[in-house]
Parts: sequence; structure tokens; C-alpha cells
Amino acid sequence: MIGRIHSFESFGTVDGPGIRFVVFLQGCPLRCQYCHNPDTWEAGGKEYTVEEVVAQALRYKNYFGDKGGVTVTGGEPLVQIDFVTELFKALKAKGIHTCVDTSGITFNPESETSVDKHKKLLGVTDLVLLDIKHIDDEACKNLTGQGNAHTLAFAKFLSDNGTPIWIRQVLVPGITDGEESLARTRAFIDELKTVQKVEVLPYHTMGAVKYEKLGLEYPLQGVDAPSKEKVAYAKRILTEK
Amino acid sequence: MMQYKGWEGFVPGKWCNDEVDVRDFIQHNYTPYEGDAAFLAPATEATKKLWDIICDLTKKEIAAGGVLNADTKIVSTLTSHGAGYLDKDLEKIVGLQTDEPFKRALQPFGGIRMSEGALEMYGYTIDPQVKEIFTKYRKTHNEGVFDAYTPEMRAARSAHILTGLPDAYGRGRIIGDYRRVALYGVDYLIRKKEEDKLAINGDMLPEKVRDREELADQIKALKALKEMAAIYGCDISRPAETAQEAIQALYFGYLAAVKDQNGAAMSIGRNTTFLDIYIERDLQKGIITEEQAQEFIDHFIMKLRIVKFMRTKEYNELFSGDPTWVTEAIGGMGVDGRTLVTKTAYRVLHTLDNLGPAPEPNLTVLWSKRLPVNFKRFCADISIRTSSIQYESDDLMRPEMGDDYAIACCVSCMKVGKDMQFFGARANLAKCLLYAINGGKDELMKDKKTGKPMQVSPEFMPITSNDALDFNEVIAKFDNMMTWLADLYVNTLNLIHYMHDKYSYEALEMSLHDTKVRRFFATGIAGLSCTADALSAIKYAKVYPVRNEDGIVVDYRIEGDFPKYGNNDDRADELAVWVLKTFMKKVKSHYTYRDSVPTTSILTITSNVVYGKKTGNTPDGRRGGTPLAPGANPMHGRDCNGALASLESVAKLPYEYSRDGISNTFSITPGSLGKED
Repeated sequence: MIGRIHSFESFGTVDGPGIRFVVFLQGCPLRCQYCHNPDTWEAGGKEYTVEEVVAQALRYKNYFGDKGGVTVTGGEPLVQIDFVTELFKALKAKGIHTCVDTSGITFNPESETSVDKHKKLLGVTDLVLLDIKHIDDEACKNLTGQGNAHTLAFAKFLSDNGTPIWIRQVLVPGITDGEESLARTRAFIDELKTVQKVEVLPYHTMGAVKYEKLGLEYPLQGVDAPSKEKVAYAKRILTEK
Repeated sequence: MMQYKGWEGFVPGKWCNDEVDVRDFIQHNYTPYEGDAAFLAPATEATKKLWDIICDLTKKEIAAGGVLNADTKIVSTLTSHGAGYLDKDLEKIVGLQTDEPFKRALQPFGGIRMSEGALEMYGYTIDPQVKEIFTKYRKTHNEGVFDAYTPEMRAARSAHILTGLPDAYGRGRIIGDYRRVALYGVDYLIRKKEEDKLAINGDMLPEKVRDREELADQIKALKALKEMAAIYGCDISRPAETAQEAIQALYFGYLAAVKDQNGAAMSIGRNTTFLDIYIERDLQKGIITEEQAQEFIDHFIMKLRIVKFMRTKEYNELFSGDPTWVTEAIGGMGVDGRTLVTKTAYRVLHTLDNLGPAPEPNLTVLWSKRLPVNFKRFCADISIRTSSIQYESDDLMRPEMGDDYAIACCVSCMKVGKDMQFFGARANLAKCLLYAINGGKDELMKDKKTGKPMQVSPEFMPITSNDALDFNEVIAKFDNMMTWLADLYVNTLNLIHYMHDKYSYEALEMSLHDTKVRRFFATGIAGLSCTADALSAIKYAKVYPVRNEDGIVVDYRIEGDFPKYGNNDDRADELAVWVLKTFMKKVKSHYTYRDSVPTTSILTITSNVVYGKKTGNTPDGRRGGTPLAPGANPMHGRDCNGALASLESVAKLPYEYSRDGISNTFSITPGSLGKED
């Protein structure tokens, strides 16, 4: 099985628990305005077999300790769900913790094949980092180019399946930091049974350089990173009991 | 009943049975500490006042352009100056390099030109009589070396394929066992050295004459050490009787070393476990409090922070600042499994809180997986707040060096009082590769007479084809060129160290070593990652030579991509390993001065910038004049698989081929270590 890969990071510390080997898959159907990896959007990337990626990851097994492992992100990694499933199967066989960082966009509850594939993936997945782009369907479309129905359905599917979830909410001033939408997100999270953690990721402008390099217009021109207070406030809404 | 009052209360052992054995004393008497930092005491009022005086002087020194005051007349010896103080009434640990704080000493034995030049740069003029003595009547190390250098050595030196050689300044890197002064007192040490001297008998071969003369010098130095302490009203002829006396005696030993030598790195050893025994004894007796114990340590460390030497601006440029490398090795594990961490390890690191962060002394934690978890937390906490702790792997060094080694300079380990080393600076292997391609003609330097490219090595066959460089051909030529370079390098160092021993012998430091000492011959490598990438480019991409009008290859056109060192990619990493092993084997094949043990290091932490300036374009695409990577680091920006991949590449370099140390400079922002504290 072949995967199309953008790059590797051998010392990932922010995408899942512990020290993680992070695999960035190439290609994404979304066009989030705040995306800081626009270089992973288009198809392409370098081809690797499952065995090659496993061999790379195993070089760092000593660093994983009790908590660390492998995180697959992108791009949207589940565009290549068959590859991810095979990769995780192989990693689980080596006793390595597996985590996928996804928007859930590929999950189509109407399609039996889609549900099947995701079910199979969850069989070898220890943790899902689920990025809820926007709780409001219309706002989500504006922000990412797609609605949120698949994402929310996937969240419920994970919950029903007993798969541990870390919810991630990127906080963009003026777009995702409204009190009302945060409260709605919170209400949604509360319905899920397997959420272990909710992470608020403050929007940053470090991706802007990449847009320039790719000759793309930066959609959030002039939007600054949220203040510490805003971030703390959002955290309170999303997590406080 | 113990032989000395200073030994009362200590568990006896071999150490007090007519021997000099500090490790044995430590092992019998120290108390491992696995608790937390709650016991530590803050700075006293006296400490704060003294530190204010130093801060004030530092400001004045910076305003004065880097040097506040310098001696131009009195040649520094152990007893050349009267007592000097910051504030006599407040200081618990006394002693300065000259009679005033921040007044730099005149130390011309390494080279009068360096002394003169350094003074001139800061607006001082050397006393004409001193200059006359050291040019007419008393030869210096520097003059000796240049009298004996061969033309080839001079050429290699001016082309900078050999760089930073200790031929005009003190070689440093020698660590006296300053603990001996406290534990035994100077009279005992003199007696032991006299016995050693008596034992050298029989046919007076040159080596024996030298050994007898050196021992005589050591004994004189010990006597001068006693006298130096007496200038401050202290008696160190007998063993120290209190913690304050022990710290004071130990510091006097070190102070004598820096009065005697302006060495490139003047490290202080491994003292916390030793000193803790004295502090514990006084605390148990109830004669001092924790506040006082901390005050002694604070005042001691304060003195180490203001060690200064008179050096030229070029020298400071080479080392990016004015480092003294007062390295103190802290913690580690004993071979019996007990930790060597004591409360005094905490006290010394706590000076970073009490006095604020500082680069000197270079506090170096000997890290082991098995260190007490509380100590690990404490170190991490201080590191996060002050960025002032260096860490080195005790687990890597202990199997070879035991549990009483210290670090000279930044990474170079030696058993305290049992090993010394001949510091050897670096051979620039990136430049060596360029020489292989150009048949030993320098890619930058011209011969002054002919105006043609300077022939530095004997004329080797250069690469003449303009096709893409052939890997096997380059390797064969590079191998030959390394053979030449290793030969020249080792012999240049043999000559330098002969002269240093002859004209600037470290009598005081060596008097605090065993007479039968193990000597290391510490060579070094610069440009390792650049060389590995260049070889990788030649092997895996197409690299075309670009020649100038003299036919010298001065640039390279690269077609295609190639694996780079620093990505945990064996294809590139194994080339770095090959270079290291090959060069080291060649070094080892030569005679090394005084039967020293050849070692090598990969640790150009700052001088990589200067070495890069003197190295032309390289086949990996690096532009001429830009820095080489520091130490064993990958070339800047070429490691693109994250930190662990980069570290794994470095970790493939075999330590047994680089016993003098491998350094990897690694910085990381707190945010990239995770989101939570």
C-alpha cells in the first residue's frame, strides 16, 4: 500500500500525547482560511509504502515512552484512509500508540462503504484529534468551503464506537471566537461520551509566508492572533464544569 | 585519633593512609541527597551587596570598551600581587587575580606579543622593561614554537587548514585537583612530591632530567601557593578544618592556577560532592547554618564569575566573547550505584537564583537516567528559568572514566588529578576535501611571491576532469590528503606542546596531579557535517567543478538532490562516520608527544564561524566564507525531519573515536516542547 506524504516530523510534541513521530499526508479537500499548511492542499507528495513509514517511525520508538507514538495529520489524512488504516495496523502490531488528526470530512454516514472504512480505521486507532472547524454549518462553509455535517456525524460515530477523542477548536478572532458559537460547540461536546480533552488552538500568522511562497493570497490578511485573555475565555466556555 | 584536626569526624580509609586519594575520601564520607530543593536559603545581605559591587564594575567595564584596568608592569605569578578585595568585611571567600577587582593580569609566558597586542588594543602600553626581559632574556612559548615550525606548518597555519593552534597563548584545558589543597593541606602535598622526586634516579636520560626539573617546579609552586594564601592571612599548609576553610583552600588552588596561566579553558573540576562533606560536618556540629553554607558557596561562585584574562580582540572573536570556561561538573552517578548528587549540587546551582543567570562558571550537570527525580526536576526548573546549565551524558562517560572525572572546556572529560591533556585545536576537514580536489593548492590564498594559488601540501595530483566529480576518485584523493593532514597536524602539536612544557609549564596545576599522569593528545575536527554533505552530493547528485583562470576549482554546480547529514538518513550519516573514523585512525598512527593517548573532538561551538570564513565554496553548495556548522551539528537548515532525526544523526558518530567530546548545539523554544508546563 502506497501513501502520498508531504513530510515527517521526528519530534512532534503538540499533536497528541507525549513525544510523537508525525506523518504529514499530502492533499486536502478543505480550504480553511486559517490553514497554516497550504503546501499540503494539492495532491502530490512523495510516495512511501507502509513498511517504509513504519521503519521510519520505529527509529524513534525509544523516545515515545509510555505516552508517545505516531500521529498522522496533513492535509486531511483520511483522504488516504486505506493507507492510514494499513499503517496503523502495522504500527499496532509493533505496540505503538496511533493517533489521527482529522476534520472528519471524509465520513459520509449515508454511504455504507464510507462507514465501513472508518469503522475499520477505528479498530486500529487509539486516539482521534477531531478538528471542529465551526459549529455553524453556514459559517463552516464560509470558513472551509464545506459544511460541518460530516464532521459532527463523525464525532457521534466516534463517541458511539468508544474511541477516545480530543476536540480541537482553532480560535480565529472575528470568526470562531463568538460566545454564542462557542457555547453551541460546548453543548455539542457535552453530548459526546468519549471526549478526553478539549484544546483551544490560538490562530497564528506563521503560515502567511507559505502563501506568499505558493503565490496564493492570504485570506486572513490583517487578522491578528487572539489575545491571551480571549484564549482563556474560550477555554473556559469549552471546558469549565 | 586522626593525624590532623581537619580530618576529625571523617571516616578513614586509604585516603588518609599516606596516600593522595580524594575519590576514596569522597566515597567513604559523602551523603547522597535525593530530596527536593526546599532546604535552600536565599542570598544574604552581604551577598547582595557584593554582587551589586560586581554588577557596577561590570557596567563600568563595558563602558570602558571591554577592559576596566590592566596591569602593564607586574608579571603575574602566584605571589606577584598584594591582597585584593571587593569588600574585605563582607567577603567570606577571598582572593583576586591581582590586587584589584577587574584588573587584568599581565601573563607573558605564553607569548609576549599576545600580551603586548592585547594591551595595545585596549589603550594600554606594556612596560618597556617587561618587553625587554621577555624578548631579550626570557624566551616565551610563542617564540619557541615559531623558532621550530617548519615552512609547511606555517603554510598550513596561515591557510587555516589548521586553526586555533595554541601556539601564541596558554593551552589551558588542564584541571588541577584543587580539592587536594583543602583535604591534605599544602605541606602534605609537598612531602608527597618530594618523595616522588627522590624516586627518580639512575641514568639521567633527558626524560628523567625533565621529570626531576618539573617536580622541582611543582614543589616551588606549592610553596608559592602557601605564600599566596598567607598574603590573605590564611594558612593552608594544613588540612582545612571547616567548610569555609575547605572552600577557601580549594579556591586558592584554583586562583593560583589562573594567576599562573592564561589558558584557553581554565576549568575547575568536580567539587560539589567533596565540599558537601565539609558542609555536612559543620551543619551536624551546629557551627554553621544553611544560610551560611549558601553564603560561602555564593561568594565562591561569585569569585569564579569574575575570572578574567587579557586577550586580543581576534582571540575573543574566535571564541565569540571572552570565555574562561570555568567548568564545574555537578552530580552524576557513582560506580557503586549511589548518586553523587548532594545538597551542595543544589547549592551551587542555586547561585543562578541567588546571583542571577551567568555563563560562567560553566555549570555542567552530569546527566544520568538514574539521577534522583527531584534533582532532575530541580535542574529542569532552573534551566527553564535561566538557560544557564550545560548537560552532559554521565552514562556515556562513566564506563570509560569512572565516577571522579571532570570536564575541561565544554565537553572534554578527564579523571581529576590523574589525567591531563594537550589541547590541539582543530583540523578543518572541509578545507582538506577542497585540497584533495585541488591537489593541495589553497582555494582562497595566493602565494605572496608568485601571485599564484598557494601550494600548502606537497603537490598531489588534482582532479583535472570537468565532468561531474567521480565519488571514488574524490574519496581516494581525500583519503590521501587526510593522511598528509593528520601527519602534519600531529607533528605540529608535538612541537607546540614540547615548547609549552619548556617555556610555560603549568607547575601549579601539575602539582595537583599524580606524578604519573595520563596524558591525552586532544585533536579536533572542524567542518564534519559540511564534509559529509559534500561527499554525499558527489555520491548521490552530480557535482560539476567550476574553475578560475588558474585552473583551481573555486565553485561547484550541483544537479539533482542528495541526502544530507541530520535527517537520520544512513546514506549521508555513514559518510560522516567514515570521515571521523578515517581521520582518527590516521592520527593514531603517529607518535604523540610524551606517549599521550590520541583523542579527538568535534566541538567547534563558536569558532566554526571564523573557520568558515577561511573556507571557500564547498561541493555541498555551501557558499565560501559562510559558517561551518558548530561541532557535530548538521549544516544550518538542512535537517528537515525534526529534532529527533537531527539528534539521531549526531548520535551515530561513534564516541570511542571521539573521546574528547562531540557537541551538538540545539535550541528549542518552550512552545515547541508542548502546550503544558
